[in-house]
Amino acid sequence: MSTLFYVASAVALAATLLAITRAHPVHALLYLIVSLLAVAATMLALGAPFAAMLEVMVYAGAIMVLFVFVVMLLNLGPGVAEHERQWLRPGYWIGPGVLCAVLLAQLLMSVLAQPALTGTHEVDAKAVGIALFGPYLLAVELGSMLLLAGLISAYHIGRREPARSTAP
Amino acid sequence: MSSERMALIGTILLAVVATAALLIWVERRMLGLWQDRWGPNRVGFLGLGQVVADMIKIFMKDDWIPPFADRPVFVIAPAIVMVTVLLAFAVVPIAPGVSVAGDWNVGVLFVLGMTSLAVYSVMLGGWASNNKYALLGAMRSTAQSISYEVFMGLALLGVVIQAGSFSLEDIVLAQQDGWFIGPQFLGFVLFLIAGLAETHRLPLDLPEAEHELTAGFHTEYSGMKFGMFFVGEYVAVILVSGLLTTLYFGGWLGPTWGLTLAGWSFMPLVWFVLKTGAFILFFILLRAAIPRPRYDQLMRFGWLVLLPLALLNTAVTGAFVLLRSGA
Repeated sequence: MSTLFYVASAVALAATLLAITRAHPVHALLYLIVSLLAVAATMLALGAPFAAMLEVMVYAGAIMVLFVFVVMLLNLGPGVAEHERQWLRPGYWIGPGVLCAVLLAQLLMSVLAQPALTGTHEVDAKAVGIALFGPYLLAVELGSMLLLAGLISAYHIGRREPARSTAP
Repeated sequence: MSSERMALIGTILLAVVATAALLIWVERRMLGLWQDRWGPNRVGFLGLGQVVADMIKIFMKDDWIPPFADRPVFVIAPAIVMVTVLLAFAVVPIAPGVSVAGDWNVGVLFVLGMTSLAVYSVMLGGWASNNKYALLGAMRSTAQSISYEVFMGLALLGVVIQAGSFSLEDIVLAQQDGWFIGPQFLGFVLFLIAGLAETHRLPLDLPEAEHELTAGFHTEYSGMKFGMFFVGEYVAVILVSGLLTTLYFGGWLGPTWGLTLAGWSFMPLVWFVLKTGAFILFFILLRAAIPRPRYDQLMRFGWLVLLPLALLNTAVTGAFVLLRSGA
């Protein structure tokens, strides 16, 4: 399983890098999808099949579909890729690169301080359900309220105005 | 992995793809029968040679990529549908303990995940073609699939609650005392409609409605790339039929008439194939019998009728199971 973990993590890292550096929006999104699938594979290797499947269904299969859908609706032509390429010039990388390096160093230090993870046990659907509706119940309810608020606002924005009598 | 296991996997996948190719002929013959005409009956015995002739034709055709298309995406798109649908087959049990990947405790979710990834095929194919008809078809397909995926998952939950497991094999074994088609009839109807919409089959093939969109998302496709979309659709039909059998009609279960001799050990396979075949024919009959709805009717029906019904089905099933367990 550890081979699967390392291969999947390498794919995830490579795909994420490519997602950032591609100039074409749809190509970047495709790499992001690959990255999400690779993350699902890592979860699988770590013994969390339920979370892995939700990652595939919800992130790769639903949210990213909507992203690609919106990009398709915007009908971005080759001009956009050219524009994006200008933004991706090396000069712009220095600031974010340095800041990310600081964060990366901190992350590596805290990871190395942890004892290595050995012998995982599988977290199945039942365990996830018990955790969600046990200790994390409040968070689940708050999340559902937030989603409901989003749903209502989306409905309000998308609502068709009642037809006014504009007799010809 | 042992060579026997490899042989089994190869046999199952080959059988699925071969059946999908054969379905092209079956569909045309059955449509002919139901519409009181002949269908392809000239090439070979009963016209069976038509399959071979079609294959040769599709392989020999000029595989043209339009110069205005997004080349890499255009090439990848048709493969996605084949890969995801065949992957989903990996967890469908065709006999006790016989499936490509073996029993998996999140099998149902895996199938749902793969069907939701299959959307990308049509979507990217339509987008990469850089053609207005194709783009319109791709957009329709995306909105339709995203919507009907929701009801597909919710309709399944009733079965999952009753069986108490996401494993397809456990779901079949839970039906030994009675198939889920009885208690889950509403779920079955919802899943059938959602499956029809997911596979873009007539009457719900609005992404490629030819009178409005020429050929929809595959307008620019030719040769074997078109063939992949075409066969992929049939593989998806087999997958949905197999799922309907597994989830609601007891999978491989069936009467053995008390025969447990060694020679009868293939009976589960026979039952599974018979039930799945019946569903495939039903899909073809639907195509012959029902006219295509309008696109806005399809979406409204989905969100205003199917979604509440699916939620109701889940809630009522959950309540019943809780009551029976005495909680």
